[in-house]
Amino acid sequence: MTMRKPAAVAAVLIALAVTTPFAGPYPILLITQALVFAIIAMSLDLLLGYTGLPSLGQAAYLGVGAYLTAILASRYGFGMDWTFWVVVPLGIFAGAATAAFFGLFAIRASGVYFLMITLALGMCVWGLAYRWNSLTGGDNGINLPGRPEFGIQLADDVTFFYLVLGFFILSLAALHLVVRSPFGRSLVGIRERELRMRVLGYNTWLHKYLAFVIAGGFGGLAGVLLAHLNGLVSPEDVILTTSVDVLLMVVLGGSGTLVGAAIGAGVVVFLREYLSTLVPWWQYVLGGVYVLTILYLPGGLMGIPERLRRWRSATQ
Amino acid sequence: MLKRRMTLMGLAVGMAATPAAAQELRIGFLAPTTGIFAQVGKDMVSGFQLWLDESGGNFGGAKVTFIVEDTEGKPPIAVRKAEKLVRQDKVHIFIGGLLAPTGYALAPVSTRLKTVYIASVPAADDLTQRDIAKYPYTVRTGWTSSQPSHPFGEWACEQGYKRVVTIGADFAFGHEVVGGFQKAFEGCGGRIIQKLWPPLGTKDFGPYIPQIKQNADAIFTLMAGPMSLQFPKQLAAAGNRKPVIAGGTSYDEFVLPSMGDEVIGHVSALQYSAAIDTPANAGFVKKYREKFGKVPSYYSETNYTSAQMIHEVMEKTRGKWPGAAQFVKLISAVKVDAVRGPVRLDEMRNPVQNIYIKKVEKRKMFGYEKDELWNTVIKTYPNVGQFWKFKKQEFLKQPVYSRDYPPCKFCE
Amino acid sequence: MDAKFWLIQIFNGVSYGALLFLLASGLTLIFGVMRIVNLAHGAYFMLGGYVALSVIWASGSWLAALPVAALAVALVGLVMERVFLRPLGFDPLRQVLATVGFAFLFQQGALDIWGGDPLSIDPPAVLTGSLIVGELHLPVYRMFMIASAAAIGLVLWLAIERTRLGALVRAAVDDAEMARGVGIDTSRVSMFIFALGAFLAALGGVIGGGFLGVYPGLDFEILPVAFAVVIIGGMGSLAGAAVGSMLVGLADNFGKALFPELAYFSLYAPMVLILAVKPTGLLGRE
Repeated sequence: MTMRKPAAVAAVLIALAVTTPFAGPYPILLITQALVFAIIAMSLDLLLGYTGLPSLGQAAYLGVGAYLTAILASRYGFGMDWTFWVVVPLGIFAGAATAAFFGLFAIRASGVYFLMITLALGMCVWGLAYRWNSLTGGDNGINLPGRPEFGIQLADDVTFFYLVLGFFILSLAALHLVVRSPFGRSLVGIRERELRMRVLGYNTWLHKYLAFVIAGGFGGLAGVLLAHLNGLVSPEDVILTTSVDVLLMVVLGGSGTLVGAAIGAGVVVFLREYLSTLVPWWQYVLGGVYVLTILYLPGGLMGIPERLRRWRSATQ
Repeated sequence: MLKRRMTLMGLAVGMAATPAAAQELRIGFLAPTTGIFAQVGKDMVSGFQLWLDESGGNFGGAKVTFIVEDTEGKPPIAVRKAEKLVRQDKVHIFIGGLLAPTGYALAPVSTRLKTVYIASVPAADDLTQRDIAKYPYTVRTGWTSSQPSHPFGEWACEQGYKRVVTIGADFAFGHEVVGGFQKAFEGCGGRIIQKLWPPLGTKDFGPYIPQIKQNADAIFTLMAGPMSLQFPKQLAAAGNRKPVIAGGTSYDEFVLPSMGDEVIGHVSALQYSAAIDTPANAGFVKKYREKFGKVPSYYSETNYTSAQMIHEVMEKTRGKWPGAAQFVKLISAVKVDAVRGPVRLDEMRNPVQNIYIKKVEKRKMFGYEKDELWNTVIKTYPNVGQFWKFKKQEFLKQPVYSRDYPPCKFCE
Repeated sequence: MDAKFWLIQIFNGVSYGALLFLLASGLTLIFGVMRIVNLAHGAYFMLGGYVALSVIWASGSWLAALPVAALAVALVGLVMERVFLRPLGFDPLRQVLATVGFAFLFQQGALDIWGGDPLSIDPPAVLTGSLIVGELHLPVYRMFMIASAAAIGLVLWLAIERTRLGALVRAAVDDAEMARGVGIDTSRVSMFIFALGAFLAALGGVIGGGFLGVYPGLDFEILPVAFAVVIIGGMGSLAGAAVGSMLVGLADNFGKALFPELAYFSLYAPMVLILAVKPTGLLGRE
C-alpha cells in the first residue's frame, strides 16, 4: 500500500465534508445514510475480507443498536441530550454482546455453514422484532421523539451529517488500526490458511470470535446512528435483504480493503434510494449490479486499478 | 408510468371561469410502487390520477403538479421520500402512505416540516385520537380501523348472534378492527368467546381453524393481503358452516376478483363498496374499470375522494394556496358528496361518513354482462364518526385497541 | 383439546410439510451436488405459480400447467446455472450474491409481467371439497399435496438409488473430485441437478398456488422456511429433506397453535441449534 492511498482517502473525506452542505436536502440525507451503512459495511469487511467469514446476518447488530436507542429515547426519554453520549457506547456494547452470544454458535462453522447460521441468527432477531410487540412495537416499530440536542441541534440535517461523518472517520481509523495490528494480520493468516495458523499455535477460534464481536460492536454503533437518522425503527431494518445489501456493499467495493466497503455502501444506497426517485425500473439495475459485480468484478471497484494495470502490462 | 412529474396545463380543457393568474399546487404522493405492495400502490395512484384527469389538472384555478414517490412499503423510505418531496420538490401537500407504521412515520414529518400530510389510507386509530395533538398538520381522509367495526358490532347483535369467535391477523390493524367490533358487540349483549390471532403473513391456517369453537354462532375475521385470499378457502375446505362476518379488507375489491364461490354470503363492513348503487359510484366504477381494467378498491376510492376534497378547498380559495395551517382549517370544514357517500371531517380531522354493511353476492351490476362477485350493500349506517355512539372523552381514556384490549371477559 | 384436534393438527402439519418437501428437495439436491446456496429458490417457487397461471389462462387446463410451468422454470434455472453460476466456480459467497441478484430481477420481472394482485390457482373441482371421516373434515387438496409429495419423493428416491444417472449423482455428492477422477462429467451432472431443483421448486409453486396463493413477496417469504428445512434435515440428503420438512411442518403447526407468541422464533431457533451442534443437519453428511 503506497503513501498515496491515505492521502487520497483524506482528500475525499475533506471534499465530502466541504461540499455536502451545499447538496440538496435529500442528497444530504442520502450521504448521511451511506456513511451509516459504510460503518457496518466496513465492519463486515473485517469479518469477510480479512477473516474470511461471510456473514449473512449483520443486520441483527444494526437492529439491536437501533432498537435500544429507540426504546431508551421513546420510553424513557433517555439519550436526547448529553445522555446521547451514553447511548452510543451502550449501543456498541449491545451489538458486541449480541455478537458475543451469537458467536458462540456461529464461529464453530465456516464457509457455507457460517453463511447459513448467520442467516438463521439474523432471522431470529427479525422474528423477535416482529413478534415481541410489547418491547419492539411489533410491525409498527418505534418512533423516536426527534433528534438529540446538546449545545448543537442534531435536528439540523447538516449538523447531523457532520456528526455521522465524525463517527465514520473514527470507525475507519479504528478498523484500520485493527487490521494493521498483529491481531489483524493473524486474521488474514486465518483467512488464507487456518490449519497452518492452528499448527503454529494460534487460537484461531478466539481470533475469529473476537473479530465477530468487534464487527457486532460497529454494527451496534451504526444502529444507533440509523435510529436517529430515520427517526424510527421497524422490523424492516433487520430483514434478510438488509444483511444481503451489506454483504453486497463489501463485495462490490472490494473485500479486504475497508475503504472499498465504504464505496460500496455509497453505490448501494444511491441505487436503492436515489435511483428509485428517478426511474421505476431501478430494481433491475440493482439486481443487475449484483450479478455483474460477482461475475466481472471479483475484486470489486477497488480492484479496478489493479486490473487495469495488469491488463495494460499484459497487452504490452 | 409510475413516476410522474405532471404539469398539466389548465388551457387544455376549456376552463371557463379560471382566474388569469395561474397558481401552482404541488402535491407529493407517497405509495409503494415496487415491492410486495406494488399493486396496492398503483391502485392508490390510479385513484388520485383519475380525479386529476377529470378536472384537467386544475383545482379551482391552480395548476396541479403531481409527483409520485416510491416508498417500497418501508416506513423509513417513506420518511426520506417525504423529506425530499417537501424540501427539494417544495410540495404544498404530501399524501398517501399505505401501512399504519407508515402513517405513524409520516405524521411526525408533517409536524416537523410544517407541511400538510393527508393520510388517505393509513387507518391506525390513534393518529386522529390519542396522538392528535402531536400532528397539527395531519388530516385523515380515509378511516380509522375501528370505525366500521363499531356499527358492525351492533348489526351483529341485530342478527341474533350471541357468541362469536374472532380470528384476526396479529398486527395493530387487526387488533383495532377486532377490538372495535368486540366493544360494540359486547355492548349490546353479545359475547366474544374466543380470540385467535394468526401472525401477519400466515399462509397455512391449519393450526387455527380446528381451534374454532364449535358452539359459536358466527366467525368474525380480519384478514389483510394474501391472507384474505387463502383463509376463506381453507375455512370452507375444513367444513365450516357458520356465518362468516369480517372486517372490510377481508373482502375488499382488491382481493375479491381472485376469490371463488366460497365467499358468497360473507358479510363485511367498510366505508366503501364498489357495489354502492348510486349514480356517482356507478360512474366512478365504470370509468375506473375502463381506464385501469379492474374494479376500483377502497384504496383507489379514498385517494379519488381525497383529490376531490383538496379540489373543494382550492375552489374556495380560488386556486391560491392558503398556507398549511389555513388549509388544514379549510379542509376540516369541507363537506363533499363523494363516491362513497357524504363525507366530512370531525373535530379531530377524521372522516364522518357512511358505513356500509356489504354481503358478497354473485350477480351482474352496472350493466356488465357477466355474473361476478360484488359486495352488495345490505345496510347503511349514516354519519358514523370514529367514536360511534361512545362518548369521546371516555373513549379516549381507554387504551387503544390491542391484542388484549378489550379483554376477553367471556373467553372460554 | 381432544383427539380430533390433535388428529387434524397432525394432518395439517403433514400437509404443510409435504409442500415444504417439494420446495426443499430441490434446494437440498442443489446444495448437495454443487454446494450452491441458491437464494433464488424462492423465486423459482413463485415463478412456477405465475407461469402456471398463464398456462391456465391461455389453455384452461390445470393439468397441463403442472409440467409446463415446471419445465419452463427448469429451463430458466438451467440457463442461470450455465451462463452465470458455472463461471464462478466454488465460491459460496459469490454464488449467494449472484443468486440474490437474480432473485431481485425475478421479483421485479414477475411484478411487471403478472402485476401485483394476489392470485390463486384454482385446482380442478375433483380436488376441492373435503373428505368426511367421522367428525373430521379432511380437505381433499391437502391430501393431494401429501400424495404428490410422496409420489415425487418416491420417484426421486428410486431414480437416485436405482438408476445409473442416480449413481452418478450420488457419486458427485459424495466426492466430486473422485467422481471426476473416474470420468464422470460432474459439470453435466451439476447442470442437470440444478435444473431438476428448479423443476421441483416450480412444481411446488404450482401445487402450493392452490393453497398459499401466488403473490409478490411469496419468494422471500418462503425462502427462509425452505432453508430451515434443508438445514435441519441435512444439506444434500433427500431423506433429510423429507424428515426436515415433516419436522418443520409439524413444529410450525403445533408451535403456532400452542405458542402463538413465538411464531417465527420457533422456526429459526432450532435452525440455529442444529447448525451449532451438527452443522450438516440431522441426516446430512460431510
